Amino acid sequence: MVESLLAIAGLTKRFGGVVASDGITLDIPHGEFHAIIGPNGAGKTTLIGLLAGEITPLSGTIKFDGNDVTGIPVHSRSKLGLARSFQITSLFPDFTALDNVALAVQAHAGHSFRFWRDALRDNSLRAPAAEALDRVGLSARADIRVNKLSHGEHRQLEIAVALATRPRMLLLDEPMAGMGPEESARMVGILRELKGSITTLLIEHDMETVFALADRITVLVYGRVIASGDPATIRADTAVREAYLGEQEATAHGTNGNG
Amino acid sequence: MKSAITPRNAVAGGLLIVLALLPVYASWTGNVFAMTLFTRIIIMAIAAVSLDLIMGYGGMVSFGHAAYLGIGAYAVGILWKEGIASGFLQWPVAIGASALFALIVGALSLRTRGIYFIMITLAFAQMAYYAALGMDRYGGDDGMTIRQRSQFAGLLDLNNRTLFYYLCFAILIGSIFLVSRIVNSRFGLVIRGARSNERRMRAIGFPVFRYRLVCFVIAGALCGLAGALLANHTNFVSPAMMFWTRSGDLMVYVVLGGLGTPFGPLIGTATFLLLEEGLSRVTEYSGLFLGPGLLLVALYLRGGIEGLFGGARRG
Repeated sequence: MVESLLAIAGLTKRFGGVVASDGITLDIPHGEFHAIIGPNGAGKTTLIGLLAGEITPLSGTIKFDGNDVTGIPVHSRSKLGLARSFQITSLFPDFTALDNVALAVQAHAGHSFRFWRDALRDNSLRAPAAEALDRVGLSARADIRVNKLSHGEHRQLEIAVALATRPRMLLLDEPMAGMGPEESARMVGILRELKGSITTLLIEHDMETVFALADRITVLVYGRVIASGDPATIRADTAVREAYLGEQEATAHGTNGNG
Repeated sequence: MKSAITPRNAVAGGLLIVLALLPVYASWTGNVFAMTLFTRIIIMAIAAVSLDLIMGYGGMVSFGHAAYLGIGAYAVGILWKEGIASGFLQWPVAIGASALFALIVGALSLRTRGIYFIMITLAFAQMAYYAALGMDRYGGDDGMTIRQRSQFAGLLDLNNRTLFYYLCFAILIGSIFLVSRIVNSRFGLVIRGARSNERRMRAIGFPVFRYRLVCFVIAGALCGLAGALLANHTNFVSPAMMFWTRSGDLMVYVVLGGLGTPFGPLIGTATFLLLEEGLSRVTEYSGLFLGPGLLLVALYLRGGIEGLFGGARRG
């Protein structure tokens, strides 16, 4: 039996009266590219928040590589190798693209109580950062300040920052949110590159991408897992079709662009 | 920003030359007052530099920074009163006591954000103020005259105005250099990153709190040193040094000069104190002119005076 890298059991979170996560149980083996789909308000981003440690669950456990990480803070989870990207771009706007990534490298290069040497010229940080930028195709934009980059480039940079922490698992929260067709195509290329090299949990609204890339898909509705399996199984699942896919297909053209 | 001669560097360089040559001018003309005023500017600029480290670079808007000035000054005053005049002891105690106070204030206040952070830092400074008010042995409300400047075993005679001036000047230059090194170091990038986007800092693996706390302590310690200098400069300590309006003054110097810039705090302090001095000669309502001036800077000059020369650097 293959040991799971991420094992979620009975994860529950409520916001007031709203159940955002309702006893979610999910196993993601090493190397899997796993997608989570579900209608708006299904609790997908809440799940990422729970896994990354920003949100504390009411009950349930999260095990990462055999360690119970349910109670440990965000930065410690990052140290263990869980990296996330944000649905709403979350970067350092007054830093350059390379600076953004270098900071992520620095976070995993020992402690930062180093007060003297110029970190902006520290090749041990800059070189791996440049490499991560290259992986998402942003090398040419390395020295541009983030607030001067386009939305699509922000999304790419999100991935590069996450990658620069040398994660063992990526949590990607709608990397294609708000992208035009050209940018989307580029992002799919990036995701395709990641697939196989790193265990990934992807939240995405773009069904075409999800069904093309995912090894397995989990469908969330109202915080509950209603189905989990390979793309063919999910496509054939009647509950999924009723709850989600039919509706999605009907509105697919209307929702393009608003994330 | 380091190599070329930009307007910004020219202004900073010009100001440094003026400061370096001021004692020559003062002794030439016998203008003791100018020496007193500029010594004060330099000391307050050191305090402003320390505030800029946390407020400008770190986004930690401390509204109680004058407390460290007061603690540093009281360390000198209290030790003198108790018969310890050695600067070798007084100054480390001033720095250490300020650092300790910063550690306590920071440990509590840095768990909060925004207005709460401002209020907690203010509350701690007011506590220090009232504590000083209550110390009858050390002058209480009236403050205390320190009849002897810190003694450095014959190495340095702080009664020598020129020597004291250059000592303060050297410490100012050292502080600016120190801070400019810190903010570009790994540590500094963590501090600046946390100002820019704290949530992302955590997500990429930084335990932000401990870095902020250390930064807060460094700033407190540096300001405590400025306080020790101030006590020696005025030969006097009083609770008024720690009153909340003094903390406000320090914030004004930094904002006026340019937040998060190496020379902004010095430029802001010099501008403000010189304007205040100049205006007070022609009118007793100098605040009536300074206030609107500050308003204009806040509204139209986001980078402060420093930002005027060479465009705004920050986003």
